[in-house]
Amino acid sequence: MSEARDSTAIRVEGLGKTFAGGFEALKDINLEIRRGEIFALLGPNGAGKTTLISVICGLVNPSRGRVLVDGYDNVRQFREARARIGLVPQELTNDAFIKVWDTVSFSRGLFGKPRDPAHIEKVLRSLSLWEKRNNRMITLSGGMKRRVLIAKALAHEPEILFLDEPTAGVDVALRRDMWEVVRALRDSGVTIILTTHYIEEAEEMADRIGVIRSGELVLVEGKQALMQQLGRKELTLHLRDPLASVPERLARHRLTLAEEGHALVYAYDATADEDDGTGIAGLLADLEAADIAVKDLYTRQSSLEEIFVNLVKEAT
Amino acid sequence: MNLESVKTLYRAEMARSLRTVLQSIVSPVLSTSLYFVVFGAAIGTRISEVDGISYGAFIVPGLIMLMLLTQSVSNASFGIFFPRFSGTVYEVLSAPMSYWEVVAGYVGAAASKSLILGIIVLITARLFVPYTIAHPLMMALFLVLTATTFSLLGFIIGIWADGFEKLQLVPLLVITPLTFLGGTFYSIDMLPPFWQAVTLANPVVYLVSGFRWSFYGISDVSPLLSLGMIVLFLAAALAVVAWIFRTGYRLKP
Repeated sequence: MSEARDSTAIRVEGLGKTFAGGFEALKDINLEIRRGEIFALLGPNGAGKTTLISVICGLVNPSRGRVLVDGYDNVRQFREARARIGLVPQELTNDAFIKVWDTVSFSRGLFGKPRDPAHIEKVLRSLSLWEKRNNRMITLSGGMKRRVLIAKALAHEPEILFLDEPTAGVDVALRRDMWEVVRALRDSGVTIILTTHYIEEAEEMADRIGVIRSGELVLVEGKQALMQQLGRKELTLHLRDPLASVPERLARHRLTLAEEGHALVYAYDATADEDDGTGIAGLLADLEAADIAVKDLYTRQSSLEEIFVNLVKEAT
Repeated sequence: MNLESVKTLYRAEMARSLRTVLQSIVSPVLSTSLYFVVFGAAIGTRISEVDGISYGAFIVPGLIMLMLLTQSVSNASFGIFFPRFSGTVYEVLSAPMSYWEVVAGYVGAAASKSLILGIIVLITARLFVPYTIAHPLMMALFLVLTATTFSLLGFIIGIWADGFEKLQLVPLLVITPLTFLGGTFYSIDMLPPFWQAVTLANPVVYLVSGFRWSFYGISDVSPLLSLGMIVLFLAAALAVVAWIFRTGYRLKP
């Protein structure tokens, strides 16, 4: 029976994994992946990203808890659960002598789907692999092999796609291509979960972000909300005449002096209420009153990378 | 039952051996045929008959068994070891297939390959030595059971092995000696009584004896005992595979 076949693509409940040697790779993970979103799982090396994906895809047995894929328990109803999932592993594993077309067709059959050359062609074309269809894997570059692995994962028309470090070791141009591919997939209705330690990637791609550290899900948040909540904004004011110190009457704004007195830096929270006279409006009014002339100004929001580094630092 | 998946795995495995046809088909057929030429046609004519059968004909069933055992073990062990070694096994493990379907694909293909080889060798042997088959159905049954059992053994070895050395270890150090000492080239009646008793502890004796009985109606041990032993080995191999899957041994941490 299918439970909770709603907007949830994957539900992870109280999931834990302790390996035979006693290493606790996952500790009580609770997570919901929404249908149609791109979810980025961020974390340093060894945090448990791959283990979590492996448990969901059925490659690692969970020690505790359960995983529902489209409402199907991934252990008791593994056929229904696994049929919905496509997995692109982190390592570029492949059978060196097999041809691209054959290996992608093999993947489809392995997932129990009848032959469909038209679908295989569509997948190969969408990944710019059509010209390479008769090439043996050993003749392909690393980036092309990565595409073949994605094609294999898409061969059985999964609803959910796992990309484990999809752009590791891929050059910048190809990484941008890969992002385009992933966006196109999302637009076609596929739910995507990707792990990465390139923050830039999560920032560029994800709708929501989960941060995992030492087997614990430290935080799950929409990307915008995450950046708003944790992202401090900074306003830098370039002054016409340099100041020796921050004037007394501006003290309540907690400004710092930069660029040898040529600039004032104001850190603030853009989402906070400002009825106490602080905030940008208050500051600008006070500057006016203090007769400090401003030549130029710009604001800057902390990137996800800074947020992430702070989060991981905070927790250790 | 997910038939499409099993068929896909089976076909891919069969295609793999067609890609390496020299190594997987020509080489074993050639090396077994050399035995027929040397022991059957050349030396065989100077060796007296065994149990009323010419020596060349006498060794045919044993040699086919020898090839069947080594090929089943090496085919099946390589078939599962290589994906584990290269990492591609992730795909099979994440597919909506039950463990037994995975076994059916891998072991079914390995057993089919050694059966095909067995039949080719059987036909080739006829070029060098005349033989008769008294019980063709029983012969086929022995062939199928042996190929299946030893392909399962190969599958187990392929999961147990953590390097290429271990992969070769069992076939070289266990299977080959047991086959050579298992009555392929002689009837165990020829041995002194003490060694006859020791030989009965060798499982291959029962396979060779039963298989030879299906050709000539002569045997070292009762054909029913042979059949019973093969079924016992098959059951043991299945039990080990079931244990592997229940514990996830070396496949699923």
